[in-house]
Amino acid sequence: MDFVDYYSTLGIAKTASADDIKKAYRKLARKFHPDVNPNDKEAHKKFQQINEANEVLSDPEKRKKYDQYGKDWKHADQFEKARKEGGYNTGFGGQDFGGGGYTYSSGEDSDFSDFFESLFGGSRKRGGQQRKFRGQDYNAELSLNLSEAYATHKQTLNVNSKTVRITIPAGVENGQVIRLRGYGSPGVNGGPAGDLYITFVINNNTGFRRDGNDVYKEEDLDLYTALLGGEKTIDTLSGKIKLKVAPETQNGTRVRLKGKGFPVYKNEGTFGDMFVTWTVKLPVNLSDKQKEIFTELSKMS
Amino acid sequence: MKNKNLVPAEDFCLHHNIEYSFISSLGESGIINVTSVQKSTFLQVDDLGKLEKFMRLHYDLQINLEGLETINHLLEKIENMQEELRLLQNRM
Repeated sequence: MDFVDYYSTLGIAKTASADDIKKAYRKLARKFHPDVNPNDKEAHKKFQQINEANEVLSDPEKRKKYDQYGKDWKHADQFEKARKEGGYNTGFGGQDFGGGGYTYSSGEDSDFSDFFESLFGGSRKRGGQQRKFRGQDYNAELSLNLSEAYATHKQTLNVNSKTVRITIPAGVENGQVIRLRGYGSPGVNGGPAGDLYITFVINNNTGFRRDGNDVYKEEDLDLYTALLGGEKTIDTLSGKIKLKVAPETQNGTRVRLKGKGFPVYKNEGTFGDMFVTWTVKLPVNLSDKQKEIFTELSKMS
Repeated sequence: MKNKNLVPAEDFCLHHNIEYSFISSLGESGIINVTSVQKSTFLQVDDLGKLEKFMRLHYDLQINLEGLETINHLLEKIENMQEELRLLQNRM
């Protein structure tokens, strides 16, 4: 467990007055409040830290104990050991001093640090808004392979020990968020339940590059097929297909296969396109005979 | 009136201990939708999260209505840009 310097968290001196603390806290709270920093985990963490620092420093009793502990920090190991054995009797731990400063709410539950808990006791949750009406929203992450995202399928999730069966429509994208209304915590005083937000994290386990509904793939083509034309069997997301190769196909030529891309989200039966880029491979380890023919060809052009 | 998509504004104000005028101001500025049915005012369930957010900004951070309108506009911009960034990152 690391010592937490609450003074540096708020950017104030150890001699700061109650008013200095209040001012510093308010300024930082406006800057890092989660409501003005959407999807910014760093800002959320910082907000939690400044709330914790304010909780301690704005309460004279807590601040006094914290200052004392800070001085004795070099004995922290002994303190920790004694605390675990239950033999340390300094008045730390298990107490709630009440009163104290006002802590801004963020609409989310957040735990204070282990340091705070060891000093001021219990496993207390602070910083979260006390729910009075609508239930709290839940956030969950769901990892899928790209091949799974190709087809609509059902999946069972465990969210806060509640089993939720969801249908994942084909075509979800990496980082996409879906909202399941009413799957958050129940409301109070007749208020509606919160929502469940699921963020999809899609791992590409295929040889295709996806861009929205289109997919891209590079395919090797031997010199002779490129020159004379022919057929090549290639993999698509929906299975193998035979593709015609036009004679005199240049290296880097891109072919569009309409409707062979990714399914369009919530638009059943509609697909993006697949783009195949031909990479012409030149023959190596030529035999004398081949060299002779190529020389002859070079003289002809 | 029972409609699972609507919540009486009065209930919301009562449980959060806030003035109705705050809700009507947010409605007038277009931040949330306020629906009137037979002399009663209702809030859309889907707007409650947003309303709670602006309530925190107003009552906790002391931001006035003009500030809330600006924040609403900027948050929409941030969210659109984050979405654009996500799509661009997926292309890479």
